[in-house]
Order: sequence, then structure tokens, then C-alpha cells
Amino acid sequence: MGSIDFTLNGAPARAEASPIERLSRVLREACGARDVKVGCDAGDCGACTVLVDGDPVCACLTAAGQAAGRRVETQSGLVSGDPLAGRLAKEFLAHGAAQCGICTPGMMVAATALLRATPRPDEAQVMDALGGVLCRCTGYRKIIEAVVAAGQPEASPEAASGAVGTSLPRLDGAAKVEGRETFGDDIAPPGTLELRVIRAPHARAGFTFGDLDAFVADTPGIVAVLTARDVPGQNSFGVIPGFQDQPVFAESEARFRGDAVAAVIANPEAMAVFDAASFPIRWEERAPVQTPEAARAEGAPLLHVDRPGNVMTGGRVQRGDAEAALARADVVVEGHFRSGFVEHAYIEPEAGLAVPREGRVEVHACTQAPVMDQEGLARVLDLPMERVRIIPTAVGGGFGSKLDLSVQPFIALAALKLGQPVRVTYSRAESMASTTKRHPSDIRLRIGATRDGRISGFDFDGTFDTGAYASWGPTVANRVPVHASGPYRIADYRAISAGIYTNNPPAGAFRGFGVPQSAIAQEVLFDELAERLGLDPLEFRLRNALDNGTPTVCGQVFSQGVGIGACLGALKPAWERERAACAVFNATASGVRRGVGLAAGWYGCGNTSLPNPSTIRAGVRADGRIALHQGAMDIGQGANTVIAQIFAEALGVPVACLDLIGPDTDLTPDAGKTSASRQTFVTGNAARLSGLALRAEILRQANAGADARLSFGAGAIEVRDGAGLHRIDLGALEPDARGYVLSAEESYDPPTLPLDNNGQGHPYAQFGYAAHLVVVEVDTALGLVRPLRFTAAHDVGRAINPLLVEGQVHGGIAQGLGMALMEEYIPGRTENLHDYLIPTIGDVPPIETLIIEEPDAHGPFGAKGLGEHVLIPTAPAILNAIRHATGARLRQVPATPDRVLAAIREANR
Amino acid sequence: MALIRPESLSEALAALNGAPIPLIAGGTDFYPARQGRPLPADALDLTGIADLQGIAHDGAGWRIGAATTWTQIAHADLPPAFDGLRAAAREVGSIQIQNAGTIAGNLCNASPAADGVPPLLTLDAVVECASATGLRRIALSDFILGPRRTALGPAEIVTALLIPDASETARATFVKLGSRRYLVISIAMVAAVVSTGSDGRIEGARIAVGACSPVARRLPGVEAALLGRPLSDGLNEVEITADMLSPLSPIGDVRAPAAYRLEAAAELIRRALRGIAEDRHG
Repeated sequence: MGSIDFTLNGAPARAEASPIERLSRVLREACGARDVKVGCDAGDCGACTVLVDGDPVCACLTAAGQAAGRRVETQSGLVSGDPLAGRLAKEFLAHGAAQCGICTPGMMVAATALLRATPRPDEAQVMDALGGVLCRCTGYRKIIEAVVAAGQPEASPEAASGAVGTSLPRLDGAAKVEGRETFGDDIAPPGTLELRVIRAPHARAGFTFGDLDAFVADTPGIVAVLTARDVPGQNSFGVIPGFQDQPVFAESEARFRGDAVAAVIANPEAMAVFDAASFPIRWEERAPVQTPEAARAEGAPLLHVDRPGNVMTGGRVQRGDAEAALARADVVVEGHFRSGFVEHAYIEPEAGLAVPREGRVEVHACTQAPVMDQEGLARVLDLPMERVRIIPTAVGGGFGSKLDLSVQPFIALAALKLGQPVRVTYSRAESMASTTKRHPSDIRLRIGATRDGRISGFDFDGTFDTGAYASWGPTVANRVPVHASGPYRIADYRAISAGIYTNNPPAGAFRGFGVPQSAIAQEVLFDELAERLGLDPLEFRLRNALDNGTPTVCGQVFSQGVGIGACLGALKPAWERERAACAVFNATASGVRRGVGLAAGWYGCGNTSLPNPSTIRAGVRADGRIALHQGAMDIGQGANTVIAQIFAEALGVPVACLDLIGPDTDLTPDAGKTSASRQTFVTGNAARLSGLALRAEILRQANAGADARLSFGAGAIEVRDGAGLHRIDLGALEPDARGYVLSAEESYDPPTLPLDNNGQGHPYAQFGYAAHLVVVEVDTALGLVRPLRFTAAHDVGRAINPLLVEGQVHGGIAQGLGMALMEEYIPGRTENLHDYLIPTIGDVPPIETLIIEEPDAHGPFGAKGLGEHVLIPTAPAILNAIRHATGARLRQVPATPDRVLAAIREANR
Repeated sequence: MALIRPESLSEALAALNGAPIPLIAGGTDFYPARQGRPLPADALDLTGIADLQGIAHDGAGWRIGAATTWTQIAHADLPPAFDGLRAAAREVGSIQIQNAGTIAGNLCNASPAADGVPPLLTLDAVVECASATGLRRIALSDFILGPRRTALGPAEIVTALLIPDASETARATFVKLGSRRYLVISIAMVAAVVSTGSDGRIEGARIAVGACSPVARRLPGVEAALLGRPLSDGLNEVEITADMLSPLSPIGDVRAPAAYRLEAAAELIRRALRGIAEDRHG
């Protein structure tokens, strides 16, 4: 330890810390600068960017002692102290450049350095300056716009009213752009006990502990070790009833590299010098099964004794007679498609703090599903639900993986055992090794068509590697057969799926639940069918597109709201223009070829044929403020804003009248999980109903007509209708136990019907629809693919907030682009953000978003879900564009340069 | 715990004379290599030593201080022969990395994919190392022995890169292939320095390839084949044969298979040379 004196955000600072410690940690823990975010500790993500003597550096790569005598500036200090950064914060908010907000500090610090040196930067300069900061939510385009705008004269902004349909900047945005947002690692006070999980270094291994008591007694500062023996309840968790097969701590065999076997709790000083290699454990490596083929082979070891053949579960949808239709088809195409693990790669590693309080445990952690966390923890801890309180922190990206428990059981167990608060933060490598992934897929698909361009037979067989534990594998297994048709009318259809256990990381939920994988197979083969038939690919899709009144492959007939035709139609001008431009370009190009590709997609919003209600509560306080208890997790997508807009619209007040409360399982009713593209639709409906109920109560008290206008003032509501002005004196009303003089609480659960053995039924109350078009340029000598621009048409029913819609579209496309071109997680080899590549700011081209509003009768104000639709068409559109450019047929993603080059050669053979 | 921050080389060498102590400069390799492990109790910080800073020309050539950052190199006023090095400087990681990472650190880390090595090989760089017994100079090609292995002794510090003056006609370039735009480790990269005589014919060519062998390598076969050819139109005619690429021995890894790397290297060499020709005549 020593004293390090420097200037922090313009003021003298002294940190008592080891001078070799990373500056990022010292700023956060010794100086309280929690606006410095840590995403990787390796310079790969740039979230920790600070200015040292004016130059951006990664604080995680700077020795704290090197800052001695120098000027260090962070996001919060810049925003409050430098007008350039203040302006930048405004532009970030206005452009929706911050979604989850975890990369925002790094982005804004790097951008401030740029603006100081280059007051009016252009797009290329912004990309060069921000190339060192990764973002997983926004797709970067809004960030570029915001920084460029910050260098331009300030436009007088027209404030959005917040009414449904307006681009209200996110209500929780100010904290994100000013450096005040608190994520999973930002809650615990310095000095809190820290926890480290001991994890298996092998894909499959037995293990024996040494003398753990002696280890604790002999190691100064280590206060406890937890193992399976310390789990008072069930040593298992999971998200699907009947599939809760993941132990908190493995008991006799670790089933994947990264499986937890124990946890060490120590004070921060001891944890800083704790070497996990010194933990007393002996590993006995065993032969793993790491592919579904190996796992299904005769005599393969079983991951779980009650799952013969390592089959987790399967799914099936069958309608008509696929074989007969294929036999009578004029043209049949087929393909074998494969994809690997994809990592969510949110910039915030899992982190949290558990606090024991009055016989209860409070867990502050990043999560997408507070009430599911509460249920899961109650089971593990053997406590009644009400003794577990989940207070979610801001979430620095989730995309599905933060639906599962991760850090929560460890810290909750530790806090209860020790009677003290305990925190944990996963390292980047640990986050990548231990949390869920997108399922690798192995898909065989045959599709037939008749000469008139109609689909005739569709036979899909998909195998998904679900890894060591079920997680959301069952959801993938049953969503895929329902969606594998794409948004098309296919009378003769068979789709089967299987999820297979392996000694790989658990595969779970990731934006689309297996549908992005199946869409690649289906949409790529559609292009091949169109070509074989001599039809334009867009025309072929339009000819087979679902419409109102036509049955889906589940036999569900929507009488309204089917928007795929409108999405495809909206792409027509771009399709014709780009195809023509491409032909002109290719006529003279050398070494590069351009291609235009498109693909469509659909996605059912909410749980598949299962209840998934949301509840929203609201109350009016005597002072006239309205409290909205909003339990839908905002993981960057914008639920805090959208749910408020919907509620305010239904009640008939401006959004500014609302105070948002929660999420917090003590304060907010269950709004379900942020998953399945359900929050705008399901929780949005609960908010609408709640707003309507509160309005009805107000109108009743005022005896006013249905079209009355409400005005909330200090201590009173004024209600104006044709009969005149009514005034409700709120002070005269009796407050309830929560302090509300008026309140409402309403729930919504989408109407669905079960699927029968052939997958026939009504799985979803609504689908959302999408179609993407992309222009790519392929370097034909190196196989390098560069997307040049996207046009994305999305049927959202009603855009509650168009700015947030665009944010989702951009972010989804960036993730789809990554999946298509560069992302593949290989256990043990790509557990960092320089071997596992996600798109940088220089990789995402301009995106034109076409918002289609085909209202849905079930959606709030007609709205449909969007969160997952946004990446489903991206990868197949890119593959189709590559094929258009070069003839190369890609059957595997990512389409890395070597694979593309090989496919080009194959096509030219 | 101590971060020893000497201001002079002699202080630093004195500190090194006792027990082994890790060296740190920009920290851009120091910290990633220690992820998830305890940090060392002590380290020797080289960034405060004035002797290791600065870019200067003396009678024999250029001297680049060991602790010069990539940003300083990218912005330095250097002759055209350094264009490849300056281009590489802008491709090292990100601006954050370039502001901290140093030229000698890049060499001492000895990654097969180090961006700095191919251009320095094409500049015939010599590594100057200091120890308590004095200075020694080692050709860069002899300094890096293999992945994560160098000829630097335990009590030695790299003090500078020494670069002999190139022909005034020398032109240089650097091309890097990766799967994304920024923050990317190369699949393959090529640096080239080409000089011409008064007749416009190539009289000197130095070509180096990185990320395709344990240590980046010069390709004497390609260099020899270029000599005497006209820069303007002769470059497309050079067939890059397997024999010319024989110094390379790429591995297959998460970034690309070996065979692809070799092919990409040949293509990048052609592009590098074309780039120089176009730059010269464009």
C-alpha cells in the first residue's frame, strides 16, 4: 500500500492503494469513481477509458502509481466540468446513443478527447476515435450520430411530448450519460467481503477437496469456503419446471469447463492476493462428450442419469404431409447448416451484492428476471419467497443470459452464512466460461416448390447442443419447430428438434431462442429455391408470405395483424435500386464484388402456449404525484420509458407526472421476465389496463365523462369534461397502506392455447414481423465481407417510441452481423474479447429503419414485441448477399474470410 | 508492494540487479497477462526514464526511445520509409492502447502477431539493450526468439530501437488483415519498404510478414525477385511462389486455418507492393 496523489476531475485526490493495482480498480474502490466501468481488465472493451493528462487510456491497463502527479478525468467529471462533454451528454440522450449505458462512460470519455482536438469531427474521425470501445446494445450508429452532432451548432430540440408514438428520450437516460448509473458492481461499499467461485478447469472431471477448514484457518483474510454442503435447500436451479438441473455447486463431477464447485470469501486485501491455484482441490479429468453426436453415441456417459441418450427434450410441429408434398414438388432444395456457440458478450460481467437484513436476504444484482431469481433463490436457500428480496441494479446488457441465476446463489448463501454483506464480480473470462450461450445448431432442411412458385413441402430436422444443463434449452426445442417455417404459408410441414446434453457450457436464452439459427437455413434455401424457379427472391417470398386469414404451420389463423407482406413490400424500392446499382458496380469492379441479399423473419411474442402474466400497479399520492410501480426489467431496450408512455397515455396524463418505482420485489408486482419480446406487449398491456383502471376511478369520483381531460396538480386532480370542471381534493381522501389516495393494479396474460402432439394450436397471441436487406462487398481474393448498408423493415404494430424502435433494430442488426461474420465461442479458447470478436464501431454500416405499423388487436395501442425480431433476418440476409455477389454458398456461420474464400472457390469450380 | 519509478537508466539498472522484478511500461500486455491472478508485489516502471523517450536522428540513423508510444510514432515527423511503421502504429489495438503501449514493449512481449515487428524488420531495426555492464546491440531478427521469448537478459532493459537511414527513394507500407475493423489481432500482416534507382527500377526491397510464423519473418525470395524490376508495372508480374513463402510456417487457430494464412500473406504482399507503386505514381 502507499499513497498516490493525483488530480481527479480537477480536484486533488489521494488514494491509499498498491501502486501496481490497476488504476480502474483504484479509481472505483479507493476514490469512489464508480463511473469507471470494468468490462474485461484487458484493454479489449474500452469501458474503463479515462483521460490521463488529456489522453484516453484504458484504466485497467494503467498502474495506479503511474497516475501519480497527473490529471485523471472520468465521465462524471467531464460532464460536469467540460461544456463539450455536457453537450455530448445531451446528444447521447437525444439520439438514444446510450441503451444499457455500460459502455457510455468509455464512449463519452473517448469522444470528449476527440472533440477537444477536433471540434467538428466527421463520421470517419468518430469511428477512429471510438474504435477502442465496444458496445453490444446500440449497433454504434446512434453513437456516431451523437458525437457528430455534438460538434455541430446546437439545434433547438423539439421536446417529445411523451405521448404514444413520440420519440421520448429514455427516462432513465440522464444517469447513464452523466456517470451516475449503478450496475451490478457499483452497489457494494468499499471494504465489502468479496467472493470468488472455484470452477472446473476441465470439460468433465471428478474432484476431491483437501482440508478446507485448514485452508480457511491458515489463509489470513479468507473467512469462509462454501461447497455443496452449505446449500440448505435444493442444490439445483433452472428456469423451466422439470429441468432445474444445474447445481449451485457440483457435488461429485463437474460437467463443463467453468462448472462451480466451491466459493471462497475473503476481505478485499486477501482476495487481491488470492491465487485460485492455491485452493485445495484435486481434479480427476474424465473423457468428455463435446458434440451432440458423441453424446448420443452408444455407451456415451450420461450427463444426467434421468436423461437417457443425453436427450434433454425435443419439439415437433407437423401439418399436412411434408413427404408427399416434397415428392410432388417441381423443385426441391436441401442443405445441412451449422452454427457454433455465440456469446452474449454484454460489456457488464455478472456482478452483485447480497445483504442479510432482519432474517431476510437482499440481492442487488444485474438480472432480467427478478421474480424468477426470487423463486430460484428461495428454493436454493430453503426460505419462503418473502424472505428473499431482489433489488435489481441497472443491467449492462443481457440479451437472454441474465435471465438465469449466476452470481445470486453464491452471494446469498455467503451473506446468510456469514451474516455480512458479500459481493462478487465475475471476471470476463469467468463470465464467458460459465454463463449461457446461444445453442450451436446442426440443421438439415429440405424445401420443395411447385413451378408456380408455391412452397410444396418443408422438412426440418434440427439438433441443438444444450450443453451441460438445460437452462432455456426446452424453450429453444419447442420454439424452433413453431418458427422454422419463417413467416410463410406452408401447408405441408414437418419440423422436429432435439436438445442434447454435452460437456459444454450451458446453452440458454439468446435473442431469438434458436430462431436465428433456423432462419439461416430456411431463408438461404428460399433464395436457392427462387433461383431454381427463375423467380425474383423478393417476389418468391411475397408469393408465399403469410397473410391475414391464412394458417400458420401451427394451424393458427390470425384474422388481423399479419405484417410480413407489408415488411417485404416496403423493401421493394431499395431492393430494385440496390440490385441495379450492384450490377453497375460489378460490371467494372475488380477484386471486389457487391451483392444484395434479403431475408425475412417472424417471432411470437410471449411464452409459447404458457401463461406469462404481468402486473402493473400505480398510485396517486396526496401531493398529486403518480407513482408507477414498474417491474419490467429495462436492460437497455427501454421498458422504463415505453411502459411509462403506455401507462400515461391510458391514464391521459403527460409522462412527466409519473414517478417510476422499482423494479424491486418488495415494491413492484411481478412484470415477468424481460424475454421473449414480451415487455412492450404483455407488461405494456398491464400498464394500459392499470392506467385505464386508475382513470376510471378518477372519473367515477369526479362523476365525469369518458372523454374528460385530467390535470394533476399539487394536492388535487382537475377533471374537465363537457359538463365543466371537477376538482378532486386529494388531501381529503384516505391514503391506503402504501400512502396512495387512489390506486390501481391490473394484470395481463396473453391469450394462447396449448399445442397438441403435432404442435397444432395457438402458441402466441401475436407475432411480430421483419425483413432485412443488406448490400455487401466481398473481397474475392481474401474472402473478406463488408456490409455496406442495411434497410430494415419491422412491423411493430404501433411504434410506442420510434427512437427506441430504431435502437433495437440497430443493435439487433449488429448482433446478427456478428453472428454471420465473426462470432464463434470455443470453450477454453475464446474466453476473452480479443479472441472472441464482436463488431466494433467500424463494422456496422448505416442502417435505414422502416417502421411498419400493422396494428395488433391484442397489443397495447396495437403494439407488438420487437426485441428478438431485430436479429433474426440479419445473418441470412448477409449470406444471401454474399451468394448474390460471388455465388458462394455458405452453410456455416460465422462466414469468416477463410470460409468465404473456400466457398467462392467451390462456386467457381 | 512497490512500483519502482526510476528517472534514470542507471537507477533502473540498479533496481534490476537484485531479485528479478517484472518490468512495466504501457501496461497493455502486463495486465492482460495477469488477469484473474494476483498482481506481483513489485514492478519496475520504465515510463519515467528520460533516456527511453523521444525520437531523434543522429549521424547514423534514427533512434526511437524504447518507451516511445505508438501514438508518438504515428504523429512523428519521419521520412517516408517509416510510413509502414506509422501505419502499423495506428493499427495497434485502439487509440487507448496506442496512447500507452510502447514500441519496445511490443517487441519484448514477443507475440507472433505483434503489429510493430514486420515494419521494424523492413527497417532493419537494431535493438539496443542496457545492463550494468554496458550497452549491446542486437538485430531485431535475432532479438525475438519465439512466441513470448526474447534475447533480453534478466538484468537488461531495452533502451532504444536504432534504425539506419534508408534510401531517400524508399517508400513503405503496412497492410493488416483481421476479421473486424478495430481492436483486432491480425490473421496476417505485411510490411514493405521498397527503394528505386534513378531509372525507376527497384534497387532495394524488404518484405516482412507477421502472424504467419512464430516470429515475423522477412521474405528474401520475394525481395530478390523484385530487384531490377520497374516499380510502376513490374510488381504485378512477380509470381509469389511457395518457395518464396517458405520462411513462413503459419498455424491454424481461432482466427484462421494455416493454409488460408499463407494464401492471404501472398495476397497482402501483392497489395502492399501495388500500394507502394500507386503511391509513387499516383
